[in-house]
Amino acid sequence: MDVELRGITKRFGPVVANDAINLHIRAGEVLGLLGENGAGKSTMMNILSGLYTPDEGEILIDGKSVTFEDPGDGIAAGIGMVHQHFMLVPVFTVAENVVLGVEPTGRFDYLDLKTARKQVREINDRYGLEVDPDALIESLPVGIQQRVEILKVLFRSADVIILDEPTAVLTPQEVEDFFEIVRSLRDAGKAIVFITHKLHEILEISDRISVLRHGRITGEGDPAKLTTETLAEMMVGRPVSFTVDKAAPKAGAPMLTVSDLCLLDEHDDFALDHVSLQVRSGEVVGIAGVQGNGQTELVEALTGLTRPATGTILFDGQDVTRSSVRERHRMGMAHVPEDRLRSGMIASFSVAENMVLNSYYDPTYGRGLEIDWPKAQTTAARYCIDFDVRTPSVFLPAGHLSGGNQQKMVVARELERETKLVIASQPTRGLDVGSIEYIHERLIEARDEGDGVLIVSSELDEIMGLSDRILVMFEGRIVAEFDATNGPVDRNAVGLAMAGASE
Amino acid sequence: MSENLNDKLDTATQALLQRTTRGRQDFETLVIVPIFAVIAALFLGGLIMLATNVDLATIGESYLALARGSVGSLPAISETLTAAIPLVLAGLGLALGFRAGLFNIGAEGQLLLGGMAAVMAGFMLEGLPWIIHLPLALLAGALVGALYASIAGWLKASTGAHEVISTIMLNLISFRLLDYLLRQPFIQKEGRADPISKSVPDSAELPRLLDWLDPNLRLHAGVFLMLAAVAFVYWLLFRSKIGFAFRASGENPHAARYAGMRSGLIIIAAMATAGALAGLAGASQVLGVLDRATPGFSAGIGFDAIAVALMGRSHPLGVLLAGLLFGALEAGGRQMQVDAGVSIDLISIIQALIIVFIAAPLLVKAIFPWGFRQRKNAKGGSK
Repeated sequence: MDVELRGITKRFGPVVANDAINLHIRAGEVLGLLGENGAGKSTMMNILSGLYTPDEGEILIDGKSVTFEDPGDGIAAGIGMVHQHFMLVPVFTVAENVVLGVEPTGRFDYLDLKTARKQVREINDRYGLEVDPDALIESLPVGIQQRVEILKVLFRSADVIILDEPTAVLTPQEVEDFFEIVRSLRDAGKAIVFITHKLHEILEISDRISVLRHGRITGEGDPAKLTTETLAEMMVGRPVSFTVDKAAPKAGAPMLTVSDLCLLDEHDDFALDHVSLQVRSGEVVGIAGVQGNGQTELVEALTGLTRPATGTILFDGQDVTRSSVRERHRMGMAHVPEDRLRSGMIASFSVAENMVLNSYYDPTYGRGLEIDWPKAQTTAARYCIDFDVRTPSVFLPAGHLSGGNQQKMVVARELERETKLVIASQPTRGLDVGSIEYIHERLIEARDEGDGVLIVSSELDEIMGLSDRILVMFEGRIVAEFDATNGPVDRNAVGLAMAGASE
Repeated sequence: MSENLNDKLDTATQALLQRTTRGRQDFETLVIVPIFAVIAALFLGGLIMLATNVDLATIGESYLALARGSVGSLPAISETLTAAIPLVLAGLGLALGFRAGLFNIGAEGQLLLGGMAAVMAGFMLEGLPWIIHLPLALLAGALVGALYASIAGWLKASTGAHEVISTIMLNLISFRLLDYLLRQPFIQKEGRADPISKSVPDSAELPRLLDWLDPNLRLHAGVFLMLAAVAFVYWLLFRSKIGFAFRASGENPHAARYAGMRSGLIIIAAMATAGALAGLAGASQVLGVLDRATPGFSAGIGFDAIAVALMGRSHPLGVLLAGLLFGALEAGGRQMQVDAGVSIDLISIIQALIIVFIAAPLLVKAIFPWGFRQRKNAKGGSK
């Protein structure tokens, strides 16, 4: 099935989200759609799936003009979308989720799960998805849940499959498996639209690439003839540096010394298993590892959110093992939380309120019981300018900012104080190239000012690019250490350690 | 050059400090929806009267009586304000709890015990000059209300017990506790067999404000207490440091914890403040209107206050307006019963309908499409 968008324009008030877009989606082909957050990718795909109606332009399916009135029309025409955030019922089985809404029913509305399971198994086999139809969703890892979303689309006999940022939630290994599935779908004659802002992925999987910026197609081409540099320039509109420019570290005195830290999870297993590490002032230590190997617990213990079972934490020469979050914060520990929406900011609060979220009590913002809001607001405005947080006003609710600007806001709040140690967890997850570059520069800047910097990330590229030393976490332990000060670290060796191979 | 840069920075800072225009959407939810909700509720109330064989003339007469009894005369306004005082005070406490993410159902119990404490402080400390006696009695009410509410707060902070359940149970306990107290010889009025407390001496009473015009005008100095409480809660929520922590914990407890706020302390402090306001509501009722405590003297104010807080969108000014509306309905409802012979229960139905409509803004928008900005597409696109 071929789908063609001709001159599609969509406006939201004064904002032109899509501006005369032409796009051709062909059967048996993976079309990579690249663009920063807010470039108009989602709007375009929502038009294609029938959620929005375009203001101008037309959609042609196999040469015939069609109009979609509501999302059902898109599905009926064979266009299916796999959203970034899964829409699955956790307590239902795979088969139940797949048939939800289009259940095969017998007489008296009897739910025919047997047929459902059989149909699911058929699709499974045809595309090599390898999902157990009877498994409960909540028991499945994220990568498999994503396949269930694909199963849903296939079950509704979609010929065009739109994948919206599908790899954002996957580990490097899962990405490889996922690409296999995408290829088998393509080879079976499906038309795939692969939306992402990750450059190397789009080069690897796409047969054709279109780049979107400010609602317009700014570049198209054959992945074989494109490089990450040229793509990034099309996407951002200026040359982007991928290697983080940094001088050799001037490591000084130990800023953070962790010895023998242990923490038990709810099953009395070790979440942290005798972790010892040191971060000196003026160096970046990166903690690599597949998510869920104790990184979250380590950061929570270091920042005072949980009390470790045993072990000590020395921060700037003082024992802070039993100090509260606020005490550590006051001593100069900055923390960029791994999930900004859940724990780094309050979406309904204004930018100004978010900027003082963990320092509002400080006498700087009022000596008595009252917060000096004008002072806080002016400070927030200054932070926004310093950290390039793009917002029309500090009174705007933070939830209205784009992801990149939200993260810059959190980073600004944490770094714009006198800090000694920066703990940054997944500091650039889900961000566009421009924001990533910016945040990386700021982290290196903190290092060069003499802070100790600890970065936890499941993006190996990020760890490799920033760290002076790399530690690898696996099953709650530090299993390997690499020194990056004398030449680059062997990427494969780190990858193997992440998979627990050194055991 | 550097001066130039400074200028530029300053204009940029100034630009960021411009307030975003107050959202049209806020105006819709805060003003238009409540107005239409009241209209819709009155209309449906009329239909209900029709269904119960009340003729049209009587319906018209009863709504006229509602208006007359609530705002139609000085005594009517006095009654409206008198009824609004405890509703607003308790409603402010509940609103504060909602802001901190606590669904406190216990205002009724906190109000009863606070009122009881105020009565006791009244007759036990007889002989003090009013300038000391009245504040002490009010303080006793606030303190006991705060302590009683803190039980639920402490249970939640230390064991995770859900405050909805614990406050409902504490309500039940307070009802019986009040009955028990009212039969104690040092509380029960001399020479009475029924549970009724001694009277509050004049020195502890909230003075009537308009009795020089007409001794029947019941409006008392609690109205100033109410206005002061509105200002105080506004300050607490939007200016003070602890209020910032309340709101942060209510909106996103995870982020509040990550920011170093201590959830346990916040829960107990928020519950105690809410309880103090409910206790004050009880105190103002016994010291200003009732003069003594009887079983169930609260008459459900603590529950109506939940509706007041919700209708006021947990905003102090909204609570004030909602409390005045509910006070007006109560005062006007009595007039309706007298003039048109319509049951006072109808007022409860209308109150309930108003809440239902406010809780369902989409329904209101569907019935009254005027005044709402049309938005065809869901907000989306460049996010």
